[in-house]
Amino acid sequence: MDIPYTVEIRRDTGLTNGKIGIWLFLASEVMLFGALFASYILIRSGAPTWPRGDTILNVPLATFNTLVLISSSVTMVMAWSSLMRGRFGTFRIYMGTTILLGCVFLVVKYFEYSHKFHDDLFPSTNNFLAIYFTLTGLHMLHVFGGMVVNAYFWGPGAKLWKTNPRWFTNRVEHAGLFWHFVDLVWIFLFPTLYLL
Amino acid sequence: MTSEHAVDIDKHVRIYVTVFVALMALTIVTVAISRLHLPVPVAVTVALLVATVKGALVACYFMHLISEKKLIYAVLVLTAVFFIALLALPAVTHSNGYWIHQ
Repeated sequence: MDIPYTVEIRRDTGLTNGKIGIWLFLASEVMLFGALFASYILIRSGAPTWPRGDTILNVPLATFNTLVLISSSVTMVMAWSSLMRGRFGTFRIYMGTTILLGCVFLVVKYFEYSHKFHDDLFPSTNNFLAIYFTLTGLHMLHVFGGMVVNAYFWGPGAKLWKTNPRWFTNRVEHAGLFWHFVDLVWIFLFPTLYLL
Repeated sequence: MTSEHAVDIDKHVRIYVTVFVALMALTIVTVAISRLHLPVPVAVTVALLVATVKGALVACYFMHLISEKKLIYAVLVLTAVFFIALLALPAVTHSNGYWIHQ
């Protein structure tokens, strides 16, 4: 049986099932990160002292990573708009660039983490590092998950373009919504952890 | 694809590029403001304000929330209510008045 409403719009919701599905998933993600942000506020406001993020963390590297992730959001939305114009070759270039930028983000994060471990700074060292590793670690998992999905659509999943281009375009749009959400989370993580 | 549709997409692409430049600039602004070493309540307010503007740009234009269907808005309003309640929990459970860095 075919999955219903992948391309055509449901009359009662005005949306495809995939679109409403990804937004409900993102709503649950907001609550997941929201719970961790609330924990961070509680721990920080209850602490007698709290270090400024830039005394422990590497702000230039994190700024670079912020620019990388914002760039990847743009290439992602350009990948989708390429499909909307029917240009599959351009889609491949933009999607490939998005995946590469995701790799750059993770590599920079690897260097940041390994530098911390080298300095004997672990999640168990203090509350600041515990919340830093938890929030950025969870975020990194999301970046990795998004990259896996994007790589699928760049590679084997792209076969769908030949048989059902509208469905494929919708799928890429939904993957993009997740990727932009990951960017959005980082936009808040960066100042709260590194700069304040 | 109609030519009208193509023109529409071209317009969107121009908006994406503009938003991209704005996000880059706001990132630099965020870092520059942090170098001013403002008092913590002011620094927190300004940093979160800039982050909210950046987040809104991503949500409105890259995630197309500026022209989305009512059901999506309804889901997001409900999410926002619970999200705010979640963030307000520390405030109601920790009420002896002191804030960070003190």
